Amino acid sequence: MRRTTSMRWLVFTAVVALVAAACGGGDEGGGGTEGGGETFRIAVVAPSASNDLAFTQSIVDAVNRIADERGNIEVAITDGTFVVEDAAAAIRDYANQGYDLVIAHGSQYGGSLQEIAPEFPDTSFAWGTAADTFGLDNVFAYEAASNEGGYVMGAMAAMLSESGVVGIIGPIEVGDAKLYVDGFAAGVKATDPEATVNINYTGSFSDVGLAAEAAEAQIAAGADVLTGTAQMVVGAVGVAKDKGVLWFGTQSNQTSLAPEIVVASQVYHWEVILSEILDAIGRGEKGGTSYEIDLANGGIVIEYNEQFELPDDVKQKAEETIAGIVDGSISTE
Amino acid sequence: MSDLLDQAIVVTAIAGGIRLAVPLLLAGLGETFGQRSGVLNLGVDGIMLLGAFAGYYTVLQIGNVWLGLAVGLVVGAVLGLATAFISVTLGAEQGISGIGVYLFGLGLSDLLFQKLVGTPRPIDSFPRVPIPGLSSIPVVGEMFFRHSLVVYLAFLLVPASIFVINRTTFGMNIRAVGENPEAADSVGVSVARVRYATVLIGGVLAGMAGAALAIDLGIFQQNLTNAQGFIAVALVYFGAWRPLGVMGGALLYGLVNSVVLQLKTLGIIPRSWSDIAAMAPAVITILALVLVARRFRQPAALAKPFLREA
Repeated sequence: MRRTTSMRWLVFTAVVALVAAACGGGDEGGGGTEGGGETFRIAVVAPSASNDLAFTQSIVDAVNRIADERGNIEVAITDGTFVVEDAAAAIRDYANQGYDLVIAHGSQYGGSLQEIAPEFPDTSFAWGTAADTFGLDNVFAYEAASNEGGYVMGAMAAMLSESGVVGIIGPIEVGDAKLYVDGFAAGVKATDPEATVNINYTGSFSDVGLAAEAAEAQIAAGADVLTGTAQMVVGAVGVAKDKGVLWFGTQSNQTSLAPEIVVASQVYHWEVILSEILDAIGRGEKGGTSYEIDLANGGIVIEYNEQFELPDDVKQKAEETIAGIVDGSISTE
Repeated sequence: MSDLLDQAIVVTAIAGGIRLAVPLLLAGLGETFGQRSGVLNLGVDGIMLLGAFAGYYTVLQIGNVWLGLAVGLVVGAVLGLATAFISVTLGAEQGISGIGVYLFGLGLSDLLFQKLVGTPRPIDSFPRVPIPGLSSIPVVGEMFFRHSLVVYLAFLLVPASIFVINRTTFGMNIRAVGENPEAADSVGVSVARVRYATVLIGGVLAGMAGAALAIDLGIFQQNLTNAQGFIAVALVYFGAWRPLGVMGGALLYGLVNSVVLQLKTLGIIPRSWSDIAAMAPAVITILALVLVARRFRQPAALAKPFLREA
């Protein structure tokens, strides 16, 4: 029996090495540090995939857009860090490598950032979605007024629903998801007080199968318009498409998932506040400010699906609602 | 009108529970074979993930859902063989090597998805095949007899597994090897060969479970299975290493899940209870199976590598 021990370790090591190789593949960029000089270096650490059509993609797209716009910006991304310890290691790594701005894109990373940021006073950190900078002068915070876009699309949903039942699928009732869900529900109710809004939180950000069954449950309960938030909703969109039920997306443009039934998506353009953060850093500020994207500053945009024939009165209602929220005459509460 | 609505809700809840049970049932049945022969494969979820990606990618490229399922099955077989090599030939610590296989599958499936696909793109799902006659029975027909062929197949594998394990020479060898490998070895049964076969079956069914999940949902995403493979392993324990127990557990888990979702949708479970309710499927399933299965004991040689002393 003894002599097998070394073999077991060999196998174990081999497997671990393979895993490490596979996980490491998710990283992009990061190498080639000879740039130096003027190049501004931004690193992003985010929980799910760069192209999840949801939360993570929203920041990756934004950073790339701002890099294209301004030029002379180097971008490194570590995605898929749904394990907070992995994210913390990546954040520390980027800070060590001398990145100018390290973005921790996930409210679950706050605790780690609070520990790491004071160790790197010359590095700027940004984290979201959150409003708390921990009183640290090298931490920016950012969040999205996702209730605003939710409210606008809720108003549209109320007009498009024939059954008078609108269904919302959430992950866990916190943060950005809660804001969006509550905003959407308020938008439906404000437009059609008679309408029924059914809300189910699945209890998971990632369980695609459960999200699909949540959509089935909503449709069985009479819903003919659905929405949902977090990366697991791709399962729900599939069910909505099969059953011919309308869908509103959020965080990224979800039209490509089902061009037949996606009416519109609330899209986050974080570059609006990233731009402000970069300007602040340019002025010598390392942090200490919190930012919000909303309809007024153009960080939140309602993107309509061009392939969907949206009735004129619904479109008009949406535009009026947006204008009302921007000028303050409509409250999304 | 309200009666019709109630009926639709009950039908959806039951049919949804059955759908949710299928990947757990397939993976759990496969794991039952391995464990009855003494091999604990904790890598099921990793195999499911790679089977899921392989099946998804095949359908995305070629458009044939059955070919997708077949490719998922083949990928499962390859990983089953790799697992057997690690745990049978090399005699590795099964708890640790299984986690290695899981992490490998989790990482590689995500990497391949990122490199080959990128943004989640929808694919075709299995067609629903109503069973003639039975599917037109009111209510019951809709619950049980309007699923895809994969669902029927998964449930047909239950009696097939019972037959193989209890009524065939192969099954007798599986049980002998799982209870007392030395004795089986001394009467000329190749412990290694039997265990390779059972772990291979486990791999095939895990790959199939993953592919069935991805193709049924019509989408792939990082960590699509969301640890269902680990739930399947748990169901084998709590189902007392018997196919019927595994089926009962998978169905109970799926049904509680879909009923809880339905009750949340209707507002019967208040939103403040939502997170607690999300734990109900696991808690109820474990309690029920522990109560039912406590008189059974695990295969004596489970998770113990067998190495013939030269």
